[in-house]
Amino acid sequence: MSHNTLLVFEVTILVLAIFLGIEVISKVPALLHTPLMSGTNAIHGIVIVGAMVVLGLPHKGPFTWIIGFVAVVLASANVVGGFVVTDRMLEMFKKRDKPEK
Amino acid sequence: MGYNLTNLLYLVTIVTFILALRFLSSPAHARRGNQIGAAGMLVAIAVTFARSGLTSYWVIALGMLIGGGFGAFAARRVKMTAMPQMVALFNGVGGGAAALVSLAELHRILPEPGTPKVDIGLAIVLSALIGSISFAGSMIAFAKLQELIGGRPITYAGQQFVNAALFLGCAAAGIALVAGVQHEWLLWALVGGAAIFGILFVLPIGGADMPVVISLLNAFTGLAAAATGFELESNVLIVSGMLVGASGSLLTMMMGRAMNRSITNVLFGAFGKVTAEAAAVAAGDGGNVRSATPEDVAVMLAYAHKVVFVPGYGLAVAQAQHDVRQLADLLESKGVEVSYAIHPVAGRMPGHMNVLLAEANVPYTQLKEMDEANPEFSRTDVAVVVGANDVVNPDARSNKGSPIYGMPILNVDNAQAVVVLKRSMNPGFAGIDNPLFYNPKTVMLFGDAKESIVKLIQAVKTA
Repeated sequence: MSHNTLLVFEVTILVLAIFLGIEVISKVPALLHTPLMSGTNAIHGIVIVGAMVVLGLPHKGPFTWIIGFVAVVLASANVVGGFVVTDRMLEMFKKRDKPEK
Repeated sequence: MGYNLTNLLYLVTIVTFILALRFLSSPAHARRGNQIGAAGMLVAIAVTFARSGLTSYWVIALGMLIGGGFGAFAARRVKMTAMPQMVALFNGVGGGAAALVSLAELHRILPEPGTPKVDIGLAIVLSALIGSISFAGSMIAFAKLQELIGGRPITYAGQQFVNAALFLGCAAAGIALVAGVQHEWLLWALVGGAAIFGILFVLPIGGADMPVVISLLNAFTGLAAAATGFELESNVLIVSGMLVGASGSLLTMMMGRAMNRSITNVLFGAFGKVTAEAAAVAAGDGGNVRSATPEDVAVMLAYAHKVVFVPGYGLAVAQAQHDVRQLADLLESKGVEVSYAIHPVAGRMPGHMNVLLAEANVPYTQLKEMDEANPEFSRTDVAVVVGANDVVNPDARSNKGSPIYGMPILNVDNAQAVVVLKRSMNPGFAGIDNPLFYNPKTVMLFGDAKESIVKLIQAVKTA
């Protein structure tokens, strides 16, 4: 695939993702806005893929070693922290922990 | 693993993320959704490990262990009241990672002859710029929320000018890079400048405006991740980043609407600046404030049919959520109907109060959003305001001179009686006078919110 064809594809999915995102998120009730924030927080931790690719480059100099390593550390903190904190929060949302009187 | 298989598996990750967001539409499935999303993230990480051409496995694993260990530790230990700063912190590190990836990418492609392709250059510049602003801005938001630095807006003469100059400088460095000026220091200058911009841009924003800022920084990190996707030609980064970008932007707009203020006003208005003038006005037209004892209030509550609690940031500060829940249980056992009215911008992040009350095991069916809560006040006997101020200020409805005029509020003054739990008569965070306190229907219960509630529980038991 030529570079330009790929770019057009990428822009296409970018635009579709915007509309999809708005569609899905507008259905989230205000009740869950904090878990929504921390959940999307965890999702942008996907940048870990980029950090891994950088640190995993063959024939890299010390500059890339250091930058890549720090990026992997930051991104993994983002991913793990984001999902764990969201899980802790969502666990708490209950209808009623005892039967109605 | 080959290119096609890798990308097909990344598609699985994309689908799990969409499902995670989709499941958030109801608290009943939301947790399952989050677990599906986490599983999808694991798939993406495993696939990346298996990608052809990847080296240094052990170093990557070590980095993950350090970062993941820190993330898990912090996420397990954090108190629910400290959630806004935790979200800010995780948001910041994500932005920082995106900025670093762009630095490394430029470093990798620069030795090649000729200029980097314009679109790749643009993506590198954007993710460096946005990621860096998000990182530094989130750290300042974290420091403010953690009270490492003062929460009040910090302003100085020429602030807007300095910010604008800094931003234009960064933009110029970015344009030069995209146009093909091959100097790596330009990107460093851009990253550094953007970080300083991020700091200066969040510093003047007051604590009460944090819900907007945190949502916006969340959107920024998402956009930075999406830009990183263009650098690395990775669909999973583009789609996931953009989903977050859309979510953050939408939340930012919702929060702005809930305060009836434009986003520009929140970001560049330094809201707390009105303090001096508003306080001066407040001193002028005081009026009588009725103070009550816990026993008085307990009688009102115990003989009511319907009580609505209105929580605000003060509830989080006093960590009174469990005590409020106990009081509510006690009232329910006496046959009182109890619910909670929650303003969209109560607290320091979107949905902050809901999380605190959920932590105290308040069933979410009792948590009412503003539109649902407001019509109920006219048939409410007692509205109990716990640490909220601006979101119940009737001036927002009627006083054109008030800085919060036009902001939708919870109409607690429609209730038969209002009890306000408040530390003292000092004006709230934004320093705006609140005529609700002088309303003849209102009684004030002064003191720490937690202590007051504990006293109320005792008094209701004997009432």
